[in-house]
Amino acid sequence: MTDYVNYTTGEPVADGTAPDGPINERWDKRRFEAKLVNPANRRKHTVIVVGTGLAGGSAGATLAEQGYHVVQFCYQDSPRRAHSIAAQGGINAAKNYRNDGDSVHRLFYDTVKGGDFRARESNVHRLAQISVEIIDQCVAQGVPFAREYGGLLDTRSFGGVQVSRTFYARGQTGQQLLLGAYQALSRQIAAGNVEMHPRTEMLDVIVVDGRARGIVARDLVTGKIDTYFADAVVLASGGYGNVFYLSTNAMNSNATAIWRAHRRGAWFANPCFTQIHPTCIPRTGDHQSKLTLMSESLRNDGRIWVPRAKGDTRPAHQIPEEERDYYLERIYPSFGNLVPRDIASRAAKNVCDEGRGVGPGGQGVYLDFADAIRRMGHKAVEAKYGNLFDMYQRITDEDPYQVPMRIYPAVHYTMGGLWVDYDLQTTVPGLFAVGEANFSDHGANRLGASALMQGLADGYFVLPATINDYLARHPHQEAVTHEHPVVQDVLAETEDRLNLLLSVDGDRTPDSFHRELGELMWEFCGMARTDAGLRKALERIPQIREEFWRRIKVPGTGEEFNQSLEKANRIVDYLELAELMCLDALHRAESCGGHFREESQTPDGEAARDDDEFAYAAAWEFTGTGDAPVLHREDLVFEYVHPTQRSYA
Amino acid sequence: MKLTLRVWRQPNADADGAMSTYEVDGISSDMSFLEMLDTLNEELILRGEDPVAFDHDCREGICGACSLVINGDAHGPERTTTCQLHMRSFADGDTIDIEPWRASAFPVIKDLVVDRSAFDRIIQAGGYVSAPTGSAPEAHATAVPKADADFAFEHAECIGCGACVAACPNGAAMLFTSAKVNHLNVLPQGAPERETRVLDMVAQMDSEGFGGCTLTGECATACPKGIPLVSITSMNREWLRAARKVGKR
Repeated sequence: MTDYVNYTTGEPVADGTAPDGPINERWDKRRFEAKLVNPANRRKHTVIVVGTGLAGGSAGATLAEQGYHVVQFCYQDSPRRAHSIAAQGGINAAKNYRNDGDSVHRLFYDTVKGGDFRARESNVHRLAQISVEIIDQCVAQGVPFAREYGGLLDTRSFGGVQVSRTFYARGQTGQQLLLGAYQALSRQIAAGNVEMHPRTEMLDVIVVDGRARGIVARDLVTGKIDTYFADAVVLASGGYGNVFYLSTNAMNSNATAIWRAHRRGAWFANPCFTQIHPTCIPRTGDHQSKLTLMSESLRNDGRIWVPRAKGDTRPAHQIPEEERDYYLERIYPSFGNLVPRDIASRAAKNVCDEGRGVGPGGQGVYLDFADAIRRMGHKAVEAKYGNLFDMYQRITDEDPYQVPMRIYPAVHYTMGGLWVDYDLQTTVPGLFAVGEANFSDHGANRLGASALMQGLADGYFVLPATINDYLARHPHQEAVTHEHPVVQDVLAETEDRLNLLLSVDGDRTPDSFHRELGELMWEFCGMARTDAGLRKALERIPQIREEFWRRIKVPGTGEEFNQSLEKANRIVDYLELAELMCLDALHRAESCGGHFREESQTPDGEAARDDDEFAYAAAWEFTGTGDAPVLHREDLVFEYVHPTQRSYA
Repeated sequence: MKLTLRVWRQPNADADGAMSTYEVDGISSDMSFLEMLDTLNEELILRGEDPVAFDHDCREGICGACSLVINGDAHGPERTTTCQLHMRSFADGDTIDIEPWRASAFPVIKDLVVDRSAFDRIIQAGGYVSAPTGSAPEAHATAVPKADADFAFEHAECIGCGACVAACPNGAAMLFTSAKVNHLNVLPQGAPERETRVLDMVAQMDSEGFGGCTLTGECATACPKGIPLVSITSMNREWLRAARKVGKR
């Protein structure tokens, strides 16, 4: 039998830029030690930013404000549409406006614990410190956060915490924060400091003499493939949840930028750490193209339950109170419905696996607002959640004011991503990764309302401070031109790949392959993973890849607007990334956060971490398609938050 | 469900377009409108035909990418985005016309995809608060009355889809422009640039080739986010106030 645990172990990796000393002084220390670029010299430096979501939009705007020449890209028709826009619930900040015991240290503690002790303390503490400045910055931009009658900012609570630190703008927090960043970016575009390329997709990174010096990108309207050069490249291209085909990500969100960077030398960390969000609308059939999230904030007032008895098919209102199992409140009395996402998702899976799920196929649990409506009144519930209820009704044709919502977990976020040091630099000098594209702050599980915080922390504050150091240390890089042999090679490789996709002329559509891969990943690398299942997936993925290159059918040409070609090219990368995800999941024979290995659980079915073996971030080095990658371990040291079994009971 | 689709096909910006007819079968009423188009496209690819190009991304009604005129209405018969329109709004045997946004300021790129970059340029002309990163005061330094905050939010909800322009008989962009002007102008943070913002954004809007506003109200009827028609009168008031104030300087 083939051994699918196919990797070798290389030198451990250490984060060389994280300062030491007391944790609350490290960020100051790093900023002081970082070299600066003279304001007059900044305009001579070009920085490429790929993506215009919260991380990319804020980074592009801020770098331009600092005086750098920014060249920015997004595949959407406008930088305003990046998928950060769909984040609903809110953004965390340790403002302690509620005087409820919050502090920078508590946000730091909650995030390290919520991440199941698989994140770096230094990074997380910096994130908690910066959270406070983010709210100030966004308010100054005119972001219309929810306010109290006295005119001050309102907050609410989110899963995994016991303080109320989440700032929000009804159910559209991501939209409002993104428009804030987009407007700041627009101001810099108008000022000529940012050269914006919408409808342009990055297809490869150009590494010359060991440093990132540019990208290859395709104009999605004309099909023209072109090269762009810079002194540093920032990837803000988001996560890779769409590897699962069905996820809450936007349809065109993809992994190509980070995967191509990985192939050029950027190590990929913890690829198996994916977040399955507990409150999504269940799927309705094979036609399903994506899944829709219902904000976690609903768990503040909604109660989650299933029938006590298996196979109970009575409508919800006919099931009396004593025959209902409010299982989260029962198992986790102190956090109740507000346990972290990984725990809520797994609990939902467990009750459905027991045959107690509700709705078509038994793949759902109730999220019931009857008590909330009785307690607060219909009007108050509508004011708080009206837009979410409307969206639910539109999609399911059911009225959640009358019957409980049905929810089921879905792929939502990827904690893994390109390995970066404290400066957010990848293992390729001059190549940086910000936001969901990197692996830095959430460990094995992200807390609700922390993605927006991290994206904006990286883009507004961290990267603009740390990239200075890199540029100051490499002030006079030799110009790279289109004619450079390395550039010609990368360009030719890209063109060959697209031409091959167009020339196979097989009998299967891109979507059919994407769907097949997604189903495989959901089954074997989804909410619960086993040694045997992951080996099965690792056997199957290369076969799908082989079939893909034999049977793919992409109509049209490369010299035109061709959405099938875009799709097919993204699947090429999913077919490689999926393999690394399964390998990472197989090698990590422990359960932690969103990564649940059935072989590793406590007697009461909770995730059993193995800190002796696995208290490290796994950074993978690419060696070739289908070849054994090299594992580099970064040991995680906990000086301030002592690792314990997470308890939310 | 079995449906007849009449779809605008246009290979590129310079080519002539025309309506083409397709039959689709086995459509479920739970499908979204775009999933119905996905089904058509899968069939077209296997038949060796060019699939229908259309913009879409989040499919949750918030990114503003999707943009179809369905049976003559921007985003179709329901007050929502195209992606949140479901096939239960149609009946078995229906014939459905599908066209791109029609406006001279939104040229067609391919089939149902149009170029809305004019909207970005209107925002670039002044749809922001000049608050460079790092310069912000403490968030609670300035309280904002809840009524003003709610007014700002109501206008900030605009997703920039362009349905207002597509629905307007004049192809005007007043509702889009006014949403941003009103969002920022009511807030204390937006006050220092209150006059230049409205004057510059309106000037940019005019230069992009959008039509004039005759207050027919089609825009507000089509808007999936419910930006109200009075938004336009608020902006006109802002513009007059700004023009007088700047004129006096």
